[in-house]
Amino acid sequence: MIEILDDWCKGCEICVKRCPVEALEISEIMNKKGVRVPRLKEDNKCHQCRLCELLCPDFAITVTKEEKEEEKECKLIIGGVCAD
Amino acid sequence: MSEKEMPDMGVLREKYLRKGMLPTIFCNGCGHGSSLDYTFRAIEELELDMDKIVFASGIGCSSRIPGYINADGLHTTHGRSIAFATGVKAANPELDVIVFTGDGDATGIGGNHFIHAARRNIDITVILLNNFIYGMTGGQVAPTSPKGTIATTSPHGNLEGAFDISNLAQALGAAYVARWPVSYPYQPIKSIKEGIETKGFSLIELMSPCPTAYGRRNKLGNIQKLWEWYDDHTMLAEEYDKINDYGTEAEKAALEDKIKIGVFQHIKKVGFFEAYEEQIKNLMANDDKKWGGV
Repeated sequence: MIEILDDWCKGCEICVKRCPVEALEISEIMNKKGVRVPRLKEDNKCHQCRLCELLCPDFAITVTKEEKEEEKECKLIIGGVCAD
Repeated sequence: MSEKEMPDMGVLREKYLRKGMLPTIFCNGCGHGSSLDYTFRAIEELELDMDKIVFASGIGCSSRIPGYINADGLHTTHGRSIAFATGVKAANPELDVIVFTGDGDATGIGGNHFIHAARRNIDITVILLNNFIYGMTGGQVAPTSPKGTIATTSPHGNLEGAFDISNLAQALGAAYVARWPVSYPYQPIKSIKEGIETKGFSLIELMSPCPTAYGRRNKLGNIQKLWEWYDDHTMLAEEYDKINDYGTEAEKAALEDKIKIGVFQHIKKVGFFEAYEEQIKNLMANDDKKWGGV
């Protein structure tokens, strides 16, 4: 998950341009200074490399770990699909 | 050093920032905020106590930084931050003193303080944010501006050669000298860490982009362009030296507008205050003998 403190963002777009997987985009949301703030794209491609968090000069981005759902062990597989 | 994971920005914000002061006054795209971020991460990795660190700064954009840090700080007169830091270290050698200074502050106005602190090898860490221009006063030519820079005081291009601060510190025998652009995050963090750990004068020169005063006048107003300029005009010191020694003429000619980056010097040296304490100890011992003391 990427959390963004909207009012601290100045709109330099470093996070959008330096993201290795292009996971962020400039959204339609405006903060109180009239800056369009970045958000994750709808198809979440974020690998949580935390580069945007490191590079952001305004301390506005927090990358928190997503708790992965534990993969269930499948006992019966039919045609490559779990049949449980 | 324990290999624990770096906490996320939410934790760092709570721990190190004076949140009432934020958002920062820095312009859109300024690299000074990133430098502060890297310093936090270096301190976090070293697990230092913030009550045992003092930040000092002079005047300029970069010198606003200690105001955002939740620790003791000195905001001093122009160019004198290193002199004040020397005083803090002399009064209480247990403290880690970190100086935030700009290129104009350290080499223009406070040039002599910088030179003599490096020569004496005083145990402080200087994080010098080099943006090639006097940003806060409106974009005048600084001693570090590259040749050809357009600024308010040189509308047709700067004729003077640029000041190579890291090279000067090396010549003065500073214990640790490194230079990195802020566009690479991991190298500056490591260098700041090593700089704080090193006994003696350590200089970490961070090339911090100034899109407003420098970029806008030099056709690099867009932060992306400025960062690309940094990528194109910097070269690792090892690579630079190799081309300088064995390269063809064409390769050597291309080096002209390249800036060396890397760790230039990392030596063990006796610091000023260690030598001072040693001298006092010797004098006291001799003095006792002379007067028949114990």
